[in-house]
Amino acid sequence: MENKPAQASLEYLTIARIIQRGAKVLDLGCGTGDIMLYLENKNQVNIQGVEIKEEAIYQCVEKGLAVMHGDIDNGLNVYPDESFDYVILNQSMQQVKRVGFVIDEAFRVGRNVIIGFPNFAHISARAMLFFEGRAPVVKSMSQSWHETENIRFLSVKDFEAFIRKKNYKVQAKFFINGNNEVKFLPNLFAKKAIFVLTK
Amino acid sequence: MSNKNKTLTNVELKGFNFEKLVLESGKVIAPVTIAYETYGVLSEEKNNAVLVCHAFTGDSHAAGFYSGEDKPGWWDDMIGPGKAFDTDKYFVICSNVLGGCRGSTGPSSTNPATQKPYGLDFPVITIEDMVNAQKKLIDSLGIEKLLCVAGGSMGGMQALQWAALYPQSICSVIPVAAAMKHSPQQIAFNEVGRQAIMSDIAWNNGNYYQVEAKPERGLAVARMVGHITYMSDSSMEEKFSRNLKDKEYSFSFTADFEVEGYLRYRGGAFVKRFDANTYLYITKAMDYFDVSQDLPFIRNGFVKFLVISFASDWLYPSYQSENIVKELKMKGQPVTYCEVKSTYGHDAFLLEVEDQTRLVKHFLNNVYKEISHGK
Repeated sequence: MENKPAQASLEYLTIARIIQRGAKVLDLGCGTGDIMLYLENKNQVNIQGVEIKEEAIYQCVEKGLAVMHGDIDNGLNVYPDESFDYVILNQSMQQVKRVGFVIDEAFRVGRNVIIGFPNFAHISARAMLFFEGRAPVVKSMSQSWHETENIRFLSVKDFEAFIRKKNYKVQAKFFINGNNEVKFLPNLFAKKAIFVLTK
Repeated sequence: MSNKNKTLTNVELKGFNFEKLVLESGKVIAPVTIAYETYGVLSEEKNNAVLVCHAFTGDSHAAGFYSGEDKPGWWDDMIGPGKAFDTDKYFVICSNVLGGCRGSTGPSSTNPATQKPYGLDFPVITIEDMVNAQKKLIDSLGIEKLLCVAGGSMGGMQALQWAALYPQSICSVIPVAAAMKHSPQQIAFNEVGRQAIMSDIAWNNGNYYQVEAKPERGLAVARMVGHITYMSDSSMEEKFSRNLKDKEYSFSFTADFEVEGYLRYRGGAFVKRFDANTYLYITKAMDYFDVSQDLPFIRNGFVKFLVISFASDWLYPSYQSENIVKELKMKGQPVTYCEVKSTYGHDAFLLEVEDQTRLVKHFLNNVYKEISHGK
């Protein structure tokens, strides 16, 4: 997935703080496995990933990670019900076609679902659209509209409305801009949001 | 590809003899010889042994060169110094399967009861029997726990059978282009091969060892069908297209097209090295194979799995590997799975060296690191 390692630290730290030591974790759209490796080293979690890109699989194997080559849009039918403490969808939900289905599947196999996504209503994105009349290219989604793998563009507010509609419970939420936590007007100032949901 | 400076020379074919083997069917073969080769050095702790299992028509010559010969082993690109199965680090073993015709006891071996070749008196064997024979070989080498069992196609099926039968004796398994059981399509292709052999009049109910006429026509046709299933539409297009051997059609039934010539050539070459009865016995063993209910559930001490399939393989399609992954995940086993992009069809497990090397090398390295640190 695009530019995960670049602004890793607070994002990774936040996710690591959510997850208890030794937990069973599934990372959906795990990319080259950077978060998995981080969590494995920091929290001694029992973690495995799913990734669609072949090249990323090789990089995960090089890191010694257990990873499954597959498309999460097709579901998680290789995993039994309730087999994970946490399922992570970090920076991958916006690339999924069947969002509702994938999140349902995540809740089928895991108790808690951690979802991290880029906030499309960040002030710089708004400015680009408003002043330049261009589709926003922000740092957390740094490719042009015709190159990006993101197919969904949502804001913090959009996601919160989705959560209300689906009746998920929010256990915690975090907003990030670079390496700073955003406490004030996150829908305007956060570049990334991380939600911890339960059913 | 194969680099002669970095390969194994003076490889030796060895034989391991034991008194008897009780088969899954209840029948007994006695005595038994298993032909095998080894590459690299077994560590003092005996914790670096990798068993490589060959595919249907393979043999124990997996790597390197016999002294004075210039044909490398069948997985020489993968096994050797610095390669995926790095013989500077690991002790690699490959044996000819029970029922084979390349040094191990099979239907062409002498039946001690009659002092003649077994022919159809050889009992029907299974993949489980092949693995039980391998287990005896491994025991005789003093190895309590294999670092890995790996193989492609039927070799992958043996690797899965090891996991089902002896999960405590292995640290990891690499099934490549394999399946937990044959589909009706796979059984059907095997049956066509068997029928080709059995309808050759020279087959003579398996009694042809002591006469000059061998069922070569039937065996060659079986091999031709086999070769078609090992390739893909696109690899055949790339290799042969509709190219003619001569410039014009002959308006006869000689081999006009290159693909025809190729199949005839491969069929003809095959009969020189392979026994028709072994073809029958081994295809039957593959068709009987079914570990879909037997893969292990191990609470203490995981067995790690690396499952590999190839996108254009229609003989052992990726869904069969995904079913292996699913079965293992359901039982809580750690599994890594990769579907390698390839146009080579089933043959890819012999040809896609670079991608397989990346996967196997690092996977093995990590398993070895973990067990040497007692993790």
